[in-house]
Amino acid sequence: MQGAITIEGVDKRYISRGRETVALDSVSLNIQPGELVSFVGPSGCGKSTLMNMIAGIVPMTNGRIIHNGKKVSGINRDVGYMTQADSVLPWRTVEKNVALPLEYRGVRTQERKQRVDEMLKLVELEGFNKSFPRELSGGMRKRVALAQMLAYSPNTLLLDEPFGALDAQLKMVMQQQLLNIWREQKKTIVLVTHDLSEAIAVSNRVVVLSGRPGRIKHIENIDIPHPRDVFKVRFLPEFERAYDSLWEQLSSEITKGESL
Amino acid sequence: MQVDESAAVGTGLNTGGSSKAVLAYEAGLEQRKMMVRVSQVLFAIVFLSFWQWASGRIIDPFFVSSPLAVGGRLYEWTLNGQLWSHLSVTMLATAFGFFIGAGIGFALGLLFGKFAFLAEVMDPFITALYSIPKLALAPLFIIWFGIGIESKIAVSASIVFFVVFLNTFAGVRDVSQIYIHSTQIMGASNWAVLRTVVIPSATAWVITGLKVSVPYALVGTVIGEFMSSNRGIGYIIAQATGLFDTNSVFAGIVILMVVGAIINGLLKKTEGWLLRWKE
Ligand SMILES: Nc1ncnc2c1ncn2[C@@H]1O[C@H](COP(=O)(O)OP(=O)(O)O)[C@@H](O)[C@H]1O
Ligand SMILES: [Mg+2]
Repeated sequence: MQGAITIEGVDKRYISRGRETVALDSVSLNIQPGELVSFVGPSGCGKSTLMNMIAGIVPMTNGRIIHNGKKVSGINRDVGYMTQADSVLPWRTVEKNVALPLEYRGVRTQERKQRVDEMLKLVELEGFNKSFPRELSGGMRKRVALAQMLAYSPNTLLLDEPFGALDAQLKMVMQQQLLNIWREQKKTIVLVTHDLSEAIAVSNRVVVLSGRPGRIKHIENIDIPHPRDVFKVRFLPEFERAYDSLWEQLSSEITKGESL
Repeated sequence: MQVDESAAVGTGLNTGGSSKAVLAYEAGLEQRKMMVRVSQVLFAIVFLSFWQWASGRIIDPFFVSSPLAVGGRLYEWTLNGQLWSHLSVTMLATAFGFFIGAGIGFALGLLFGKFAFLAEVMDPFITALYSIPKLALAPLFIIWFGIGIESKIAVSASIVFFVVFLNTFAGVRDVSQIYIHSTQIMGASNWAVLRTVVIPSATAWVITGLKVSVPYALVGTVIGEFMSSNRGIGYIIAQATGLFDTNSVFAGIVILMVVGAIINGLLKKTEGWLLRWKE
């Protein structure tokens, strides 16, 4: 199925400097095509690791991941991936960064330029076409990465803490944009976040991972109907219920992590 | 959506308007630059005057010549065409040596950077070759390539090669994996990754290598010319030394100095442009 992600019994153990770290322990999950799923969990529980495995950057120790009906082994070119760390190329201007995936696809200059301008408008970076990444704030660079990913319209998007560096208002604008894109283009979206409100506001399901080793501890279905307004949903009773339930699941993991 | 307006965080206000403060700041910088220039000229005048004065009063001009005598010799060479005929040979050999050495060094650096296994296997051999003082190869090159320009090209190419090769190699190893992975996911082929990530990322290293190696290329050529040749600035200097003609020796040195400085200046400009994305 286009966009479906099936995670089956995935383990990940890292070996570095003679020590073994169990990052993920038998994680299984079915993500439906066109679903928006969020992962939350204490830091170090393997969220980024899971995203890297869906993207095919990091091999898994056990289990398998099936995306678009194909087993992931090696770089997965069917996803768009906005990594947690900065991936914008510092030697390219903003517009040339956004145009990069189009360049790789041999899109003509004229069309490329038009698409880039569209995308920069979408992430509210008009006028920064010729800036180099070092001239931008961290949040702005994140938005460049977002524009770049949306420019070539992959059917599945992986976003690892995409809006963490943004201020509260802009964050909501970006969340709303993401929701609009998701609704209009029927994309499958996997989002990692440390912001419970964000997870609830945009997702169909929120998955709570336990502290290391990461296991799926709880899955919360968010039954707020679409289209949603990310600002208004915060005042709905369903939102509050989901928040309470998720917070209860998460807070015990966080305190556990601290006592280790 | 009601939050749109409140979130208009700086859209395009960063484009160059020049306010009073900006102008004043720039004027300050400009003034400082002028001061530096003037001081440099003064220093040069003082130095040359002292040299002129000391020559014949403190030290025998036979050993140190004098600015006027050197200038006279340069003028003479310019008029009779000797300057250009010798300089062009040296420059040509340097340029060829530089481009051949840099080209091969760059290509092999990329190759070794990409294939870690190959690099590990070849490591001791490369270290061994690198440890040879390249100038010691000059006599060998003269045997192989004759006393013409080819042997000079070979000497400077062999020097430039190693510097550029090692720098390129280090630069490629230094490329951040995250850039490689994220561009691959976006659909980049191996070639596209090389073109858009590896090479630009390694540029800073490669440029450093080039900057270091240009003077070496010049040195390589001149040393080659010292040893055996019939043209070139190195040849002039060697000839003049044989005749105890210090004026000509100094004139030759001045030419090399000016040429080296010009090349370095050009490289610095290129570097500034290529690395404008950096701090
Ligand atoms: N390349 C690696 N080598 C060794 N350990 C790693 C590596 N990447 C991540 N880890 C470890 O795996 C665990 C999970 O990391 P990560 O997936 O980044 O967590 P999260 O994104 O949830 O904060 C952490 O304990 C981290 O130290
Ligand atoms: Mg992470």
